[in-house]
Amino acid sequence: MPIDPSYAGRTYPPTDTYEVGVEKIREFADAIGDPNPAYRDRDAARALGHPDVIAPPTFPFVLTFRASRRLVEDPELGIDYSRVVHGEQRFAHARPIRAGDTLAVTVTLESVKSAGGHDMLTSRSDVATVDGEHVVTAWSTLVVRGEG
Amino acid sequence: MGPAPDVVEVGTELPARSFPIRRADLVRYAGASGDFNVIHWNERVARSVGLPDVIAHGMLTMALAVRVVTDWAGDPARVVEYGVRFTRPVPVPDDDEGATLEVTGVVAADLGDGRVRVDVTATSGGQKVLGRAQAVVAL
Repeated sequence: MPIDPSYAGRTYPPTDTYEVGVEKIREFADAIGDPNPAYRDRDAARALGHPDVIAPPTFPFVLTFRASRRLVEDPELGIDYSRVVHGEQRFAHARPIRAGDTLAVTVTLESVKSAGGHDMLTSRSDVATVDGEHVVTAWSTLVVRGEG
Repeated sequence: MGPAPDVVEVGTELPARSFPIRRADLVRYAGASGDFNVIHWNERVARSVGLPDVIAHGMLTMALAVRVVTDWAGDPARVVEYGVRFTRPVPVPDDDEGATLEVTGVVAADLGDGRVRVDVTATSGGQKVLGRAQAVVAL
């Protein structure tokens, strides 16, 4: 059954806070095979003008993926996760995430569209510090494949 | 920020890169990202849902593809926007070679205000795997 488009605009309360650590950034950089010293070495990051090591451009996914569970598991939407594929992803950074940030994510279901028997849900995840500084926004489109 | 690239004009080609993606890389990315979807590590389940094999995380492909841009930009923080469409899965066979991701990038537009748009092309097995892969770089 198609997902009711009137759910667009639904916002979920901010997540618990996430403290970004040097070792988590290094672990992520290792996982994507990126030796860039800005992700690993505080002095190298500072030489570029950053207060601490910075995270790669797609690192926010670590936070937004967790946060999007509240949407994916929203019983009113009734998403069958085994039918979900990742359709699109986009990030817009006000600044890079960096070690020492304490962040929370607010997820909004921006749009619900149906086409060709599939549902497409686009969510927006706003990542901000606990002091209210906006850091990055991520948009994610999930495609829920039809039963056909 | 560190120094920006010396030559930036529409049409400038970024150094191309090639990245191996092996099963072990998928396990490592699952752990680091928290995305433990079984289609990225369990061939039996992947085939049962109609996939040709275990497939790479789209987000891993996306992260590898932007390396062409971050390595060129000098400071990864210059990449202020980055988006892709996942148009085709990247199957990763259970052997020593795995899959290979070939990535190129070109400065496609001057957005003004010291910003350019880089269009990224990522292929695996001769097929494009990302659509509309674009990064905005603040120089």
